[in-house]
Amino acid sequence: MRVIACMKQVVDLQQIRIRRDTREPLLEGLPVLFGDMDKNALEEAVKIKEKHGAKVTVLSVGSPKLKETILEALAMGADEACIVIDPACEDSDTAASAMTLASAIKKIGSYDLVLVGEGSADNYSGQIGSRLAEIMGIPQVTYVRELSIEGNTVTAVRDMEDALEVVRVETPLVISVTSEINKPRRAPLGQILRASRKPLNVWTLKDLGIDASRVGRSASHIQVVSNLAPEQERKGVIFDGDLDESVAKLVGALRKEGFLS
Amino acid sequence: MVASETDQGALELLSKGREIAKELDVDLSALVLGRRADDIIRQYFEHGADRVLLLPTNSPNTIDAETFTHAIFEVSKDNAPDIILLRSTRLGKEVAGRVAEKLQAGCVTDAIGLTTKGQELVVDRYALGGNTISSEMVRTKKKIISIMPGTFEIRRAPVDGKVETLEIKIPSSRVQLMERRKKTGELVNIQSAETLVCIGKGIANKEDLAVVNELCTVLKAELGCTRALSSDYHWISEDRMVGISGKRCQPKLHVSIGISGQIQHTVGILSSELIVAINKDKEAPIFKIADYGIVGDLYEVIPKLIQSIKTLGK
Repeated sequence: MRVIACMKQVVDLQQIRIRRDTREPLLEGLPVLFGDMDKNALEEAVKIKEKHGAKVTVLSVGSPKLKETILEALAMGADEACIVIDPACEDSDTAASAMTLASAIKKIGSYDLVLVGEGSADNYSGQIGSRLAEIMGIPQVTYVRELSIEGNTVTAVRDMEDALEVVRVETPLVISVTSEINKPRRAPLGQILRASRKPLNVWTLKDLGIDASRVGRSASHIQVVSNLAPEQERKGVIFDGDLDESVAKLVGALRKEGFLS
Repeated sequence: MVASETDQGALELLSKGREIAKELDVDLSALVLGRRADDIIRQYFEHGADRVLLLPTNSPNTIDAETFTHAIFEVSKDNAPDIILLRSTRLGKEVAGRVAEKLQAGCVTDAIGLTTKGQELVVDRYALGGNTISSEMVRTKKKIISIMPGTFEIRRAPVDGKVETLEIKIPSSRVQLMERRKKTGELVNIQSAETLVCIGKGIANKEDLAVVNELCTVLKAELGCTRALSSDYHWISEDRMVGISGKRCQPKLHVSIGISGQIQHTVGILSSELIVAINKDKEAPIFKIADYGIVGDLYEVIPKLIQSIKTLGK
């Protein structure tokens, strides 16, 4: 069985600072990491490998920094990594990213399962899995929190708002996972060193036969008009002192605001 | 065109859709899968639908994503509608991405705002994990937008509309539904709560939730929580989880207790009218988005707060 886990490298969202005067996010120099749910996707791929035997490929499109981040994914148990690094891909929208991933999957060749997180850590748009399935013409099962495999048949428990759905489908297919499906392992330090000896394929758009005009900002279906922190109209009154006094002040303030009447 | 798996959802989309359709001077239709009684269809017209496109299906109770995707694609591939509004439920989001790819269209999911600017449509959504709000325009002729449930109010806008019954052959889904289990336990809808108390990792034991529940009682609040408390510890059911992978709430009063304020959680409460935070760490990011805050140990603050509120009533 061959399993491909798609992962996206994002800046550490906890460390984003906002320019006070313009409300612009400051992203320069921030550390990069893989999103949590992307790690859930990889963890599930590695679990499948441990249970059924499989070759796990981790696939990512991103900046040159990917070469460092990808080691963690290899250390978590992927057998090989394929990364697409091309400056033209910067500011690609989801459609172009999905097309790039699909071309890379075609180059990888055979596969049974393509795993993705239910949404990326930064934009959580949740389109990549859906678009991939359509491009590749294969079925998709979204929001999976339990997965079992028997031969070519996949049985999955989908987590919908008000119900759990048990579905059955034949491979190949795209699966998006939720954070409940597993607890991603931490890569032991020794593994990270060893990971650098695993196969790492670095591709450009040319390697995938993609014309640069099909990706990046100029090809984007989406035009971002503005991307700013929301205007903060919070009062920011913080009571830090004697607790009885703080509680009394808070209750007073809440009454003034029209609560607790 | 609007399409939702529930009638209530469709009315929500129609209410906003009517406004947009008027400003852009276009026709507003609603795609309805399955069968409906006449008085349900009438509701669609009373909320602004010029046309109800009725597609009878064999499985009236559950709509799968493949059927839904196929139906929307077939209706919109050659002609209008160019703007397709869906709801950002889990089903709606999957369908949005799939329809967009099939139509080679741009798609914005999880919209929290929708306005017109001349003939253009501007969509707002959270980006960078909730740090920012991104205003976006879809450049393709076909535009797929999925809107966060509860974003827009249902408003009556009666229209003299008509029903068209569609004949589309829907291929059977490759994904076979074996079983559908309603989630057990009380189904709470914390999204409609006027007062919401959220608890995070500041609470040390499951048993200690009793005092938080007592606070909820005196505040007439619903209880919400961070991901750690539901997904990791399983102390609180997942339908109370607030944040990017849980619910997004907009209560009038939000009380955040023992929560540091990581953006993945706070994105779910940013639209609250008033935010109160209680945390023992003065530097916790939650205080940056709070209207009022108390720096202190929740184990000391909550009992005092309960006592103080109880005294008010006397």
